[in-house]
Amino acid sequence: MNESEKLLQEMLEKQKNGGLKPADRYAIPSQDMPAQDPGVRKGNISEVATGYSSLQARLEAMRCLQCKTAPCMEGCPVKIRIRDFVTAIAQGDDVKALAVIKENSLLPAVCGRVCPQEVQCQETCTVGKKFKDVEKSVSIGRLERYVADLDQESNSIPQVAAPTGKKVAVIGSGPGGIVVATDLRRMGHDVTVFEAFHKPGGVMVYGIPEFRLPKAIVQREIDVLTKMGVKIVCNFVVGRTRTVGELMNEDGFDAVYIGVGAGLPNFMNIAGESLIGVYSANEYLTRANLMNAYKFGKGSDTPIAQSKRVAVVGGGNVAMDAARTALRLGAEKVFIVYRRSEKEMPARVEELHHAKEEGVEFCLLQNPKRVIGDENSRVQAIEILKYELGEPDASGRRKPVVIPGSEFILPVDTVIIAIGNGANPLIGQTTPGLALNKWGNIVVDESCKTSLDGVYAGGDIVLGAATVILAMGQGRIAAAAINDYLKTKK
Amino acid sequence: MYFSPEPVRNLKLSHKIVSKQQLSENVFVADIEAPLIAKARKPGQFVIVCTRGNYSERIPLTIAGADASKGTIRLIWQRVGKSTAEMSDMKVGDEIDNIAGPLGKPTHIEKFGTVVCIGGGIGAAPLLPIAEGMKKAGNKLISILGARTKELLILQEEFAAISDEIIIVTDDGSVGKKALVTEPLKEICQRSPKPELAVAIGPAIMMKFCCQTTAPLNVPTVVSLNTIMIDGTGMCGGCRVEVDSKPMFVCVDGPEFDGHKVNFDLMMKRMTAYRDLEQESLKKYKDHACKIGL
Repeated sequence: MNESEKLLQEMLEKQKNGGLKPADRYAIPSQDMPAQDPGVRKGNISEVATGYSSLQARLEAMRCLQCKTAPCMEGCPVKIRIRDFVTAIAQGDDVKALAVIKENSLLPAVCGRVCPQEVQCQETCTVGKKFKDVEKSVSIGRLERYVADLDQESNSIPQVAAPTGKKVAVIGSGPGGIVVATDLRRMGHDVTVFEAFHKPGGVMVYGIPEFRLPKAIVQREIDVLTKMGVKIVCNFVVGRTRTVGELMNEDGFDAVYIGVGAGLPNFMNIAGESLIGVYSANEYLTRANLMNAYKFGKGSDTPIAQSKRVAVVGGGNVAMDAARTALRLGAEKVFIVYRRSEKEMPARVEELHHAKEEGVEFCLLQNPKRVIGDENSRVQAIEILKYELGEPDASGRRKPVVIPGSEFILPVDTVIIAIGNGANPLIGQTTPGLALNKWGNIVVDESCKTSLDGVYAGGDIVLGAATVILAMGQGRIAAAAINDYLKTKK
Repeated sequence: MYFSPEPVRNLKLSHKIVSKQQLSENVFVADIEAPLIAKARKPGQFVIVCTRGNYSERIPLTIAGADASKGTIRLIWQRVGKSTAEMSDMKVGDEIDNIAGPLGKPTHIEKFGTVVCIGGGIGAAPLLPIAEGMKKAGNKLISILGARTKELLILQEEFAAISDEIIIVTDDGSVGKKALVTEPLKEICQRSPKPELAVAIGPAIMMKFCCQTTAPLNVPTVVSLNTIMIDGTGMCGGCRVEVDSKPMFVCVDGPEFDGHKVNFDLMMKRMTAYRDLEQESLKKYKDHACKIGL
C-alpha cells in the first residue's frame, strides 16, 4: 500500500467514526494533476493532462470543507452545485456527482478541461482562502473532468419532450450553440444547427488544440445532439447561403439563436504584417487543428509553415495554444512576446505553467515594432521595443509605457499574432434591424434577446472575447427565453 | 429540401457532379449540385471547396455561373495543385464532400455607360457572369480575352454572344492578335469617350499591368483577387492583401477591389507561401494516381 492509499484508508476510517474535521481536510495534500512529461509531450499531440485516478479524486474531494454557503457555486457562471458534487465524490458516489453536474452543465468533459477555474469557482473556495493561495483551492475542474470522463462510454441521451411543432435555427455549432440546441430539443422543439465549416464544434474543433481538448470528446457531444434528433447542417454560411430573414420568413423557423463566435482576427497594424510567415492565431490554429496540418504529406493536404523560430504575440490562452502547437510542429525555439508583465497575462496559470515546462521562452514587457522580411518577402526577424509598467489604465491593469531607444532585433521565421478578435460583420451586414454596438458586437438584453423579435444571441459575438463556459451560460439563458417566446408565439 | 419536417439526422448537402467537360489540357468545367448556392449566388461571388471530408484543403473557386431551377452551379478550374487535380479526376456522378458559399461581396453592377471586361486565361470564367450582369444593366460591353495560346482560350463564344465588341489576343498569335491584353486595353481607354469602367480578372501579373495601363488614363478598374484562404468568412485572415496600404480580407472585404490601390507585388509573393509544399502534395497525388491506374 502506498502513502496515498494509506491516507485514504485513514480518512475513510475517520469519516465512518464521526466525520472529518476541518483540520483533517486541510492536512490532505492537494493532488497534482498527472501529466505527460514535458520533454515527451512536446513531440506528440496527445492530451497533456492525463486525469485523476479514482484514489486521487477521492482524496481531493475530501479536502472540500462542504461550506454551508458554498462560495464556489457563486463563482460558477452556470451555478453548478459544486459542493454537492464534490461531496458525492468524497463519499465514493461518482454517478451521483455526475448527475449533479449535469443539472446545470451539459459539457462537463469540456469545461473540466478548459474553464478558467482559478478566476471562477476555485477563486472563491474557502480552502484556497485559508492557505492564501488559489492554487491550494479544491481542484474543482479536475474533479469535474474526472467524473465526466467516467461517463465516456455510457452514451446517455437526454429525454426529448413531445414535439411542439416549433422550429429553431441555431447558428454556429460551438459550445453556446450546442447548449442552446440541447436545451431546446429537450423541450420538444425541432432544432437545426448551421455550421459554416465542414465539421461541427466551433472553437473546440478549430481553435483549442488536441493536447488540451481531445477532438473525440467534442465529437461525442455532437453525436449526442444528433441522437437527440437535432439536425446539423455544415458548409452553411448564414448571411450568405441564407440570411437570418430568409430563415425566419421563408424557411419556417420560429426563432433563431446567433452563436457565431469571434470571427475577425485583430492585427497590430505594424509594418511587415503581410509578409509570408505572419499568421493570425486563428489561421495558425485552424490549419493545425481543423485542417490537420500536422499530418501534412501523411494524409492531410493543408500545409503550414515549417518553422524553426517562432514569435507569438499576445498573453492569452490562444497565445499559449499557438506557442505550444508550434513546438509540436517542430519549432526549435518559441517566444511569447507580451507587452505587460506575467502578472497581467490573461492566460490561465495552468497554461502558462505548461508552456514554460515545455520550453517556451517569455519575452515580457516587450512588443513588436515591425516585422522584417528577406528579399522573397519571407519573415526573417521582428524588431522589438521594450516597455515598463506605468499607471493603471481603464482595464485596471498597469499600462505599458515604451522605453525610448530600447529597440532590438529577434531573428524568427514565423510570427503569430494572438491579440484577440473583432466581431465578424457577416450577420450584422445581412440582417437589417439587428442592433450592434460600436465594435460590431450584437446588443442583447438580460434574456439574450436582440433588437429583433425571435432572434437571440450569445457568446463571443455578444461578449467580445470570452470563454467556453460564458458562452454556455448565455446559451442556457437564451434557450429558456426562446422557449418562453415560442410558448406565446402563435 | 433541407428543411423537411421529417426527423432527419445529420443532414448531408449533396454536391453531385452532373456534367463535366475538359476545356483544354488543364482546364475543366463542371455543373455541380448545390441548390442553395445556385439560388443565392450573385456575379463576383465564390465558393470554398473541400473535396474530401477530413483531410483535404479548403480552396476558393469563383462561381462561373448557375442554374437556380436545376439547382446547379458552374465551376471552372485549372489543374494546378492537389485539390484541383482531384477535381479534374472526378467523373459525372461523383460527389464533392464540401462546398460552402456563396462567399464574398457581389460585384457592384449598374449602368455605368461603357464597360471594358478583360479576362486572362482561366480568369474569363469568373468574368463571364459579371460581363453578363453589366450587359443586362444596359452597359455597352467591350470584352478583351487573352491567353498564352489558342488552346488555353476559353468561353470565346459565350463572350462573343453578349459583347458589343470583342477582342481576342494570344501571346503567340495562334488566334486573334499577337499581343498582351494591355495593348487593346490601352487603345480602348484612349478612345473618346473613354470607358467608364474596366473589370480585369486573370493572373495577378495581368491584373497588375492592366491597372498600370488604366491608371494614367483615369479609367477606374475593378479586379477580383483569388488568394490563399481557409474559412472564406473572415475568420483566419490568411487571404489578406494590402489595399491603399491597409490590410483587407479578400473573403469579406472583397474579392473585388479598386485595382489602382492593390499592392500586387506583395500579393503575388504571398501566393507563393506554400508553393514547394503544394508541389510535393501534387506529386504524391500523381504518383499515387499512376499506381492505381487513373
